[in-house]
Amino acid sequence: MAVAPAPVPAGQHAAPPQAQPAPRRAEHPFRDLLIRRLAIGILTLFVIAILVFLATEVLPGNAARAALGRNATPAALHALEHQLGLDRSLASQFWSWLSGILTGHLGASLANGQPVWAFIWPRLINSLVLVAVTGIIGSVVGILLGATAALRRDGRFDQVSSVIALAVTSLPEFVIAISLVILLATTVFHVLPAIALIPPGTYAWQEPKQLILPVVTLALVIIPYIMRMTRAAMIEALESDYVEMARLKGVPEREVVLRHALPNAIAPVIQVIGLNFLYLAGGIVVVEYVFNFPGIGTGLVSAVTTRDIPVIQLIVLILTGFYILMNILTDVIALAATPRRRIAR
Amino acid sequence: MAAVVPGNAAAPAVPAVRTRRREWLAALATAARTPRGAIGLTLAGLIIAVAVIGPYLAPHGIAEIVGPDLAKPSAHFPLGTDYLGRDVLSRVLAGGWVLLLMAASATAIGVSLGATAGISAAYLRGVADGAIMRTVDVILAFPQLVFALLLLSILGPRLWLITLAVGITHAPQVGRVIRAATLDVSEQDYVKAVELQGMRPAKVMAKEILPNLVTPLMVEIGLRLTYSIIIIAGLAFLGFGQNPPAASWGELINDNRAYLAVNPWAVIAPAVLIALLTIGVNTYSDAIARVAIGVDRRPEEAALLDDLGPREAA
Repeated sequence: MAVAPAPVPAGQHAAPPQAQPAPRRAEHPFRDLLIRRLAIGILTLFVIAILVFLATEVLPGNAARAALGRNATPAALHALEHQLGLDRSLASQFWSWLSGILTGHLGASLANGQPVWAFIWPRLINSLVLVAVTGIIGSVVGILLGATAALRRDGRFDQVSSVIALAVTSLPEFVIAISLVILLATTVFHVLPAIALIPPGTYAWQEPKQLILPVVTLALVIIPYIMRMTRAAMIEALESDYVEMARLKGVPEREVVLRHALPNAIAPVIQVIGLNFLYLAGGIVVVEYVFNFPGIGTGLVSAVTTRDIPVIQLIVLILTGFYILMNILTDVIALAATPRRRIAR
Repeated sequence: MAAVVPGNAAAPAVPAVRTRRREWLAALATAARTPRGAIGLTLAGLIIAVAVIGPYLAPHGIAEIVGPDLAKPSAHFPLGTDYLGRDVLSRVLAGGWVLLLMAASATAIGVSLGATAGISAAYLRGVADGAIMRTVDVILAFPQLVFALLLLSILGPRLWLITLAVGITHAPQVGRVIRAATLDVSEQDYVKAVELQGMRPAKVMAKEILPNLVTPLMVEIGLRLTYSIIIIAGLAFLGFGQNPPAASWGELINDNRAYLAVNPWAVIAPAVLIALLTIGVNTYSDAIARVAIGVDRRPEEAALLDDLGPREAA
C-alpha cells in the first residue's frame, strides 16, 4: 500500500523560517533542538500510553470480559478482574502497567498465557531486521534510480520509471506480495519459499532466504517514493544558479553532480527516507502477515483477532515509539544536512 | 491557487459558490483529457462498473456449491472453483461493491472530519487551534493501519465500524492540509469584509472559506480514496471484513491463497481487480492534482521541497 507517508511537516517544531532574522544564536542549536524534540516525543508517547491504556482497558468490554467471552459467569469475571487488577483504581492500574513495560514484567498474554515481553521480544528483533534491511536496500536503489532519472530528465528512462513508480505506489502491499508469491514461489517459478518458515528460537538473519520476499515487497513499496523525491530534488538542484556557475567555470559534469548538486539535494531525500521508515512501521503489519513472518506485525494481527489486550497495547506502543523516534531523527538529520538552515539558526 | 474572487466585498456568497462549482468540474474534465487522467479514469470506471454491475451478472450464488473443489478454469467455470467448490467468477463479481461503498464512505467521513477540524483550527485560532492540532499530532504518531487496528480492537470488527475507523484515521492528515490552506484564504479581503459586516464565524467558515478550498479538497479526496481502498482491502485481507460466506476482494485473496498452487485464478482475479482499481483512482487523482495545483510534482514532494530544499524565489 502505498501508504504514502504523508509528509509530516517538519516545520512545526523545527527551525524558524529563515526569512526572520535570528533573534539570538543559541550556542548549541542542535543539542537544544534535539533535547526539545526528544522532550516533546516522550510527552507524546506518554499521552499515547494513557490513551492506549484507557481505550483498551476501559471502553466496551474490559480485558477480563474479552478473555472469557460474552457468556462468562459474574463470579468468574470477578475472579479474573481481581487477578488482572481491574478492580483497582485506574491510576494505580496505569502505573503498574507502565512500570511493567519499562521493567519487562508485564504479565501474561491473554491468548496463550506466555509472558507478554517473552512473546514479543524475538518478534521485535525479527521485525527490526526486516525494517533495517529493507530500508537500506530501498534507499540505495531509490536514490540511484532517482538520480539517474534526473540526469536523463524527460528521456525514456525517466518517463518509463515515472509511470512505473506511479503504478507501484498505487498498489496495496499485499497485492505486491501476492504477485511476487505467484511469480517466484508457487506458480510461475518455484525458487523461493511462499511463507517464511522461521522456527521459534531462530532469528530472521539466520534464514536469509526467508527474508527475500518480505524485503523485496517492502522495498518495492518504498523505492518509488525515494526515487521520485531524489529526482525532484536533483532537478531543482541541477537548475540552480550555483550549478550553472560551476558549469560555466568548467567544472567537469561528474563533479558538478557529485559535489554541487547531490549534497544540496540530499536533505529532502533524507526526509523522505525517514518518512519511509515511518511507513515501514505500519507496512510490516500486512507484509509480515502475508509471509507469516514471525514479527510484531503478525503478532499484532493475531492479537487483534483474539482481542489479546496486553499484547495489543505493547505492540502499539512499540510501533508508535518507533514512529516518534524516527520522526525526530529524520528532522534532526535533515536539518543537519541543510547548510543554509544551520546558518539561519 | 490564485483565487478568482468576487471583487465586490458585498457580493453575495452564492455567485462565489457557483464559480467554484464550475471550476472544480472544469478541473475534473481537464484532468480527464490529459493522457494520464484518461487512462486513470478509464481504468477506475471499468473496475467500478464491474463492482456495481457484477452482482447482477454472477452466474451462481456466492454460497452455492456448484462443482468439485478447486476445479481448473473451464468453459463452465471460467475462473475455476474454490476450496469448497464454489464458482470463483461469481464470488469475484459479487465481492467488489462492499469494498467500494466502504472506501467511499470512509473517504467522506475522513475528509469531512478533517476539513471541519482544519478550517476551525485555522479560522478560530487560539485555544481551538491548539487543542485541535495537538490532537492531530498525537493521532499522527500512530501508523495509519496500526491506528485502524487499534480502533477495531476497541470497537469490534463490524463493517460500519471498520469504515468509521478508517475515516477517523484519515482525518488528521486532511486536517493538516486544510488548516494550511485555510490560513491563506482567511487572510483574503473578502473574508475580512464579511467579518466587518458582522457575519458569524460559523457562517464565514461555511459560506466564504469552504467554497475557496475546493482545490485542496479535491486533491485530498482523490488521495484519501486511494488510501481508503488500500486500507479497507488490506483489513479485509487480514480478516477484518465481511462474515463468510460473503467475501470482498481482499478476503477472497486471503481465503484462496493457501490453494495458490492448485487454482491460482481465485487469487489472481481479485488481486488484478484491486490493483487496477487503485492504479486507476490514484492515476486520475494524480492528474487532478497536477491540473488543479499546476505543478509537475505531487503535492507532498512540493511540500517537502519547500520545507527543506533549495528554494527559488518564485
